[in-house]
Amino acid sequence: MKRSPVSLALRYLGLLAVLAISIGPFLWQFVTSVKGPGEDVFVPDFIPDDPTLANYGAVADVVPVWSFALNSLGVASVNVVTNCLGAAMAGYALARLRFRGRRFAAVVFAGSILVPFEAILISLFLVMRGLGLTDTLTAVVLPGAIAALNVLLLRNAFLALPAEVEEAAIIDGANAWQRFTRLALPSVKGTLVVVALFSFMFSWDDFLWPLVVLSDQEKYTLTIGLAYLQGTFVQNQRLVAAGTIIAVLPLILLFLLLQKHFFRGVGEGAIKG
Amino acid sequence: MTHRPYTPWLFLLPGLVICLAFTIFPFLNMIVLAFTDASALGGGQFTGVDNFVRMAQDPKFWVAARNSLLYMVCVVPPLVLLPLLIAMLAQKAVPGIGIFRTAFFTPVIASAVVVGLIWTWLLDSRGLVNNVVEALGGTRIGFLTDSTLLLVSSMVVTVWRGLGYYMVIYLAALANVPKDLHEAAMVDGAGPVRRFWSVTVPALRPTMVLIAALSAVNGFRVFSEIYLLSGGTGGPGGASTTMVLLIQSVGRGLTGEVGYASALSLVLFVVLLGLLLVTLKLNRREDQL
Repeated sequence: MKRSPVSLALRYLGLLAVLAISIGPFLWQFVTSVKGPGEDVFVPDFIPDDPTLANYGAVADVVPVWSFALNSLGVASVNVVTNCLGAAMAGYALARLRFRGRRFAAVVFAGSILVPFEAILISLFLVMRGLGLTDTLTAVVLPGAIAALNVLLLRNAFLALPAEVEEAAIIDGANAWQRFTRLALPSVKGTLVVVALFSFMFSWDDFLWPLVVLSDQEKYTLTIGLAYLQGTFVQNQRLVAAGTIIAVLPLILLFLLLQKHFFRGVGEGAIKG
Repeated sequence: MTHRPYTPWLFLLPGLVICLAFTIFPFLNMIVLAFTDASALGGGQFTGVDNFVRMAQDPKFWVAARNSLLYMVCVVPPLVLLPLLIAMLAQKAVPGIGIFRTAFFTPVIASAVVVGLIWTWLLDSRGLVNNVVEALGGTRIGFLTDSTLLLVSSMVVTVWRGLGYYMVIYLAALANVPKDLHEAAMVDGAGPVRRFWSVTVPALRPTMVLIAALSAVNGFRVFSEIYLLSGGTGGPGGASTTMVLLIQSVGRGLTGEVGYASALSLVLFVVLLGLLLVTLKLNRREDQL
């Protein structure tokens, strides 16, 4: 089969066009964020005359962007730990332990996946108010702390492990918790990385729920802090741009480091609506 | 016996508590509240179908329902087709392809808020896009000030953000299309366009149905894009509002009408459930073929 250089050139042309569409908007935002006060940000000029990082300092003067970032980081980190541990425990029980009521537990998790978050938004707010948790970061964490989808992902991972190893451990007298921590968990590392990454990303990016449950500015996560920044300081686009870059940079770095797992996660999580 | 009878429940406890308390219970409660006049302060009497009667007479509901449906219908075709074309471009392992694939995925990892803010700036009346339009000899367009254009702009953002995600799903599916089908079609003299329609598309049909379903569900649930592009207002006079925007504006805060917001939530849920059932049916027909 021949491969003409023309078709290869066309392919690269197409790839470059899509590249410009995907990356261009980020680039423009970044360029805006490093333009100094003397430069007109409305002029479509992708090369700043006198690049400066001053806007990154200035944005912290108008809103506490670093404390927003810290709140987001805290919420996302807790989410990673609770999802990895809690979902793995539940997934292990569903996959590896025999007991009455397993069907009931499976139905609870499967049912939870089918409930769209937007449909329980208001009702969930009432639950948090009933618990006295509105306007706390705990309330931001709790609903997604152990996502049902992750339980099922890990259940499938545990089901795929061969039974023999564990049977040997049972004969050696290892109890369920020992088998879980020493044998099962280390064998599903790949899935755990995917769960950790996506828990971090969903939590870091979440907007609707923190918007509804938080009202005190001190508790703001980065996403609602940015929406607030835009609402208040839309006149100074440089600051908003700097804020956006602060919000997206950690994820881009994480993604560049662990992209293989991101792509795997899309495949495994495709059922999530 | 390999474990005590209660051991499995200790493993399940955290997960079950979270799912029951923060998903299943609020869901059931939402259904109950939909038939009451509960307010943000609590209480609420059973009022039968009053909320739904009110909804039928509420012009805001009809605007939101129409916009959400329109959104769903409009984003599905581009989200089924464009990522497929991009996946076909990015499928062949030419030098540097990893960089391209990584770059195409970047909009997916950025949050809806970041994406919304970036596009608000791009589509601003004095923004980059309008500058280009003007340079080409056109007049500035009110992407964010006209309620219809705001909706269209938001759809464009949704599609832009979905390209990389669905591309990855298509890449996985394309890797499973048997090569000899393509070669056989080539021997028969089929050109690239013909091969696309008679080899690639039929082989990818289940994936296309999946992506159509995912993008339809997400389209109907749209919130962040519209919220940010409109600065939280739902467009001039609320004319670009969507179901989720309406639910959160009705149910939130001290004046929140929890009963009515729950009724709206129930409608949202029923529509999404309907979409799911249609998808399952389509997939089952697929299996029988």
